[in-house]
Amino acid sequence: MRRRRSLVGYVFLLPWLAGFFGLTLGPAMASLYLSFTSYDLIGTPGWIGLDNYVRILTADSKVADSVHVTLLYVAMSVPLKLGFALAIALILNKGIMGLSLYRALFYLPSLLGASVAIATLWRRVFAGDGLVNHVLLQFGIEGPSWVSDPNTALYTLVALSVWQFGSPMIIFLAGLRQLPQDLYEAASIDGATKRQQFWRITLPMLTPVIFFNMVVQTIDAFKAFTPAFIVSGGSGGPINATLFYTLYLYQEAFGYLRMGYAAALAWLLVLTIVAVTAVAFVTQRLWVHYDE
Amino acid sequence: MSRRASRATIDRSRRPWHRTLGFHILLCLCSLVMLYPLLWMFASSVRPNADIFQSISLWPAHWDFSAYPRGWSGLQISFGQFFWNSLIISVLSVTGNVISCSLAAYAVSRLHFPGRNLCFGLMLGTLMIPYQVTLVPQYILFLNLDWVNSFLPLVVPKFMAVDAFFIFLLTQFFRGLPRELDEAAVMDGCSPLRIYWSIILPLSTPALATAAIFTFIFTWDDFFGPLIYLTDIENFTVQLGLRGFLDSAGQSDWSAMFAMAVLTLLPVLALFLFFQRLLIQGIATTGLKR
Repeated sequence: MRRRRSLVGYVFLLPWLAGFFGLTLGPAMASLYLSFTSYDLIGTPGWIGLDNYVRILTADSKVADSVHVTLLYVAMSVPLKLGFALAIALILNKGIMGLSLYRALFYLPSLLGASVAIATLWRRVFAGDGLVNHVLLQFGIEGPSWVSDPNTALYTLVALSVWQFGSPMIIFLAGLRQLPQDLYEAASIDGATKRQQFWRITLPMLTPVIFFNMVVQTIDAFKAFTPAFIVSGGSGGPINATLFYTLYLYQEAFGYLRMGYAAALAWLLVLTIVAVTAVAFVTQRLWVHYDE
Repeated sequence: MSRRASRATIDRSRRPWHRTLGFHILLCLCSLVMLYPLLWMFASSVRPNADIFQSISLWPAHWDFSAYPRGWSGLQISFGQFFWNSLIISVLSVTGNVISCSLAAYAVSRLHFPGRNLCFGLMLGTLMIPYQVTLVPQYILFLNLDWVNSFLPLVVPKFMAVDAFFIFLLTQFFRGLPRELDEAAVMDGCSPLRIYWSIILPLSTPALATAAIFTFIFTWDDFFGPLIYLTDIENFTVQLGLRGFLDSAGQSDWSAMFAMAVLTLLPVLALFLFFQRLLIQGIATTGLKR
């Protein structure tokens, strides 16, 4: 009886086991192997040792560009997005009427933002003769051609990301609901001002949620692909200004069929994400307060 | 004032009316800025091309729906085919995800077997792995199976519970169901399969619905998968069709481009309108990133 029991669990896990070994672990190992080879889908992969990694780290100027662009994107979009999300969540948490309507409206862009439709809209809205410049013109400002100017193209993608602040906002709102109300009552009896309550109670108590949102959004920003692809027409242009690392990886793999090189790029992306996450987890004890 | 009054009511009653009004004005302005591009896109789809870039207003001078039929047949294949393809892929993905992820979640939340915690740990571990790592070998695998340019590479993995996030979501829910149910059922001689099918699944419709809706939306919006696996235009999803449109007619016929863009957003909008509570709850309780 017990024996049969123990097997039954694995019967239910069969689909997952097949996927885990066949589509996740197996391919991950294969991609590690491929990253030490030169392979163009024809013939067999040829072992070239560390050549791919050496070239990525020292000799490929497009890698340098794409790393620069991706880091800038992460560094700008994540804090702005979380800042907006937190600010709006704090206002909505003040017992405002129509909370669920506002919440739904602010969440909508998060749900639609990943689609090609929104990316094409963005390309049009930030074009030289696009909506943004028409609005600016009402105030007498002549804007640049945002998407085709290398100095501003990346900002349009940052704006697209910040526009989708709705989902971290919902998580912040859920976190704010969890805060114990008796702390606020005690604080106001002791004469703490609203401002003091915010800095001494709300913000410290919310740090676990801020941390969670920060990690999730950072990983997500590293992986962003569709907006850059559509806004730049797949090129990462103008002059590599929107060449996200993932976009360059795609070009190497499916544009030039350099599969070994792309696998090496992918593994460096994983290492970066793991390193950033590890740093976040190690440094959290400096600023994240967990309930005992 | 009662001491037990919630903080929200304390806040509201103590706050001067002009601050409340200020918050509403701020929030309305913010909503307007956020929704403006979406509304403008719709307005542009019912405007003649000549008017689009002259106007920032959201109310067209005259309504002209001719861009919709024009866009529908703007490529050599009608958008109807793209919608059909997207629908098939999305429905199959939903089916696959709900079945395979609920099976796995049932195993790790309700059954006892050696290695259970290890399996759950591995599931959580796969959440962290970016898809780029498995991308190239998976592509080579599907190429060798001769699956490229069919729906199979997009759909079959869903039947193998590769979206570990949904296993996690369902596991959390299943764990909340009372254990006595299983125990009573075992007394009555129910097999684990029977318990899964007749007890756990019927009690979990909110969680299953959340998983189904998110899977549908993610699949519908997915661009990268179709981009690498679908090459013939007959197999294109709406996202690929839209991108094809942008590259060809889109540059000259923006009304038609926006008309099709609006249509591709409609299914997601409809799901949002009907299941808003479920979606928002799903995010609030699991921290889903979209």
